[in-house]
Amino acid sequence: MTAREAVPLRMIATLALAGFCSGIAVVGVYLLTKPRIDRNRAEALQAAIFRVLEGASTRTPFALRGDEIVRIEAGGDVLPEDEVVYGGYDEAGALVGFAIPAEGGGFQDTIKLLYGYDPARQRIVGMQVLESRETPGLGDKILKDAAFLESFRDLAVEPQVTLAKGARARPNEVDAISGATISSRAVVRIINRANERWLDPLSGANAAAGPARTAAAEGRAE
Amino acid sequence: MRASAAPLDEELAKGFWRENPVFVQLLGLCPALAVTNSAINALAMGAATTFVLVGASLLVSLLRNFIPKQVRITTFIIVIATFVTVADFTLQALAPGVHKELGAFVALIVVNCLILGRQEAFASRNPPRAALADALGMSLGFGFALLLLGSIREILGSGSLLGLPLFGPDFEPWVIMILPPGGFVTLGLLLGIFARLKERRERVQRLAGAAPERGMA
Amino acid sequence: MFDLDLGNLLWIFVGACVVNNFTLAYFLGLCPFLGVSGRIDTALRMGLANIFVLTVTSICAWFLNAFVLPHAPYLRLLCFIVVIASTVQFVEMAIKKLSPALFRALGIYLPLITTNCAILGLALFQTNRGYGFIEGIAFAWGAGAGLTLALVLMAGLREESELGEVPDALKGAAMSFLIAGILSMAFMGFAGLFSGTS
Repeated sequence: MTAREAVPLRMIATLALAGFCSGIAVVGVYLLTKPRIDRNRAEALQAAIFRVLEGASTRTPFALRGDEIVRIEAGGDVLPEDEVVYGGYDEAGALVGFAIPAEGGGFQDTIKLLYGYDPARQRIVGMQVLESRETPGLGDKILKDAAFLESFRDLAVEPQVTLAKGARARPNEVDAISGATISSRAVVRIINRANERWLDPLSGANAAAGPARTAAAEGRAE
Repeated sequence: MRASAAPLDEELAKGFWRENPVFVQLLGLCPALAVTNSAINALAMGAATTFVLVGASLLVSLLRNFIPKQVRITTFIIVIATFVTVADFTLQALAPGVHKELGAFVALIVVNCLILGRQEAFASRNPPRAALADALGMSLGFGFALLLLGSIREILGSGSLLGLPLFGPDFEPWVIMILPPGGFVTLGLLLGIFARLKERRERVQRLAGAAPERGMA
Repeated sequence: MFDLDLGNLLWIFVGACVVNNFTLAYFLGLCPFLGVSGRIDTALRMGLANIFVLTVTSICAWFLNAFVLPHAPYLRLLCFIVVIASTVQFVEMAIKKLSPALFRALGIYLPLITTNCAILGLALFQTNRGYGFIEGIAFAWGAGAGLTLALVLMAGLREESELGEVPDALKGAAMSFLIAGILSMAFMGFAGLFSGTS
């Protein structure tokens, strides 16, 4: 039977009740799943950081506020407008490098990546593409092409990172991918722009002081 | 439309073939094309849609006598959006990889015309058992359509099925199949095939002297 | 909020309009796309109604994301869908009052804008990409322009194809999809349009 015509009060009451029950259900599920979702996110981030900073086993966030790098201690707060990079430290507590997230336009859509930078040697030590919508089979080789990715294991940044026109001849060149020129060029451009933003402030950061104590040191800060 | 008097198994079966949401009713096309670039994504989307459709239909059917007519669409939407939010968070927590593949399309289930359509056309006018049968039938039909699309596109476009490579390393996949044009063309051809099958079936029945079967919307 | 980076805004607009066209690349807004008759003027008006709804949705989504939802992120979907439904209702009333002829011409398609995945899709994409106020509007206009473009193209092509000899089995929706596939392939040519910049 279809429901009968109703007075406005009943309509409002129905909608209010529906909204209320819906709200409870949604909040309930949110609270139930939040810890797991946060943990998934932290694990994914951590895995990416340790992949671009080989040898790192703990991480500490650093935020760029204005022109200054601020180290976020354990229990410290990352503000929503902060841009954050992660310092990676090895077992002995020495700095391996910084994992810098960057993004920019690729061939099809935005490319998001993470790359590792060692300020002591002034070299890029690793790069991983986190998100991309490049053409499968062509542009998406930036995710898998071995020679391309290998170029980022020991890449000089002076004066700029560039795409090699054949084989890699200089330390600041990256092996291009045949059939994916624009996507590989986009990756290089994204990294250069991020370098302009981060390398100067990072050289002044007090990162050598070792990883932050307690929670952050175990990578539980996120 | 009055409550359906058909037997339950017929309600179940109609959603699968005769009134298939994608191939016959042309509903839910956005996810049908967007997430069918692989069979696994298709299955995941089918599962999520099943959860929402069955849950919403049951709830709406149970409450059908209490929802005033004027606010019924709004109430349906609130119910559906709640189930979708639940599905979204659950997927994010339990299968983050799948959630990342499906992207915003899990949330877009809420505007899948199939779900709202079934609430309006069936669940709000029928008792829970019939509504459940209808919802299950439509969900299976939807899942089947998605799986068919996803499998074809994955086999031809990636040379694999469910992630397992089918052909040797020398197989050059038709990459276009997993790109948007491939989705459109595959669905178009499948629709053509289904139309042909239906036409042939109707012709056979006419020749056999029986009246053409009602249905096939 | 009003920091204008024109290069970026142009990239967002053109990106949403042709490079990643909402209908032909993201598969959003397919119901009106398929249902559009061969009438180009109806398609155009439908597209304009969509642009208006998209713009309002983008603004509301920005507002919700900036001030309301950080306190209750789980209410995102519910809030968005309520905003969209209300906007469409409002647009419907406005068109009915301002142009009854247009209202009749659009018929059933107006309320169906609510379930148009493109509207909700815009709100969700805008949220995921963290667009600001102006960026959101550029995105909405780009998406709307792209939707209108796809609708008009499809209307014109349907008109043409109806004059041709289409096999019986492929008449109707099947033909629309095949046409859409070719259109989509054509639009893939826009990829890489702005890849030298930004």
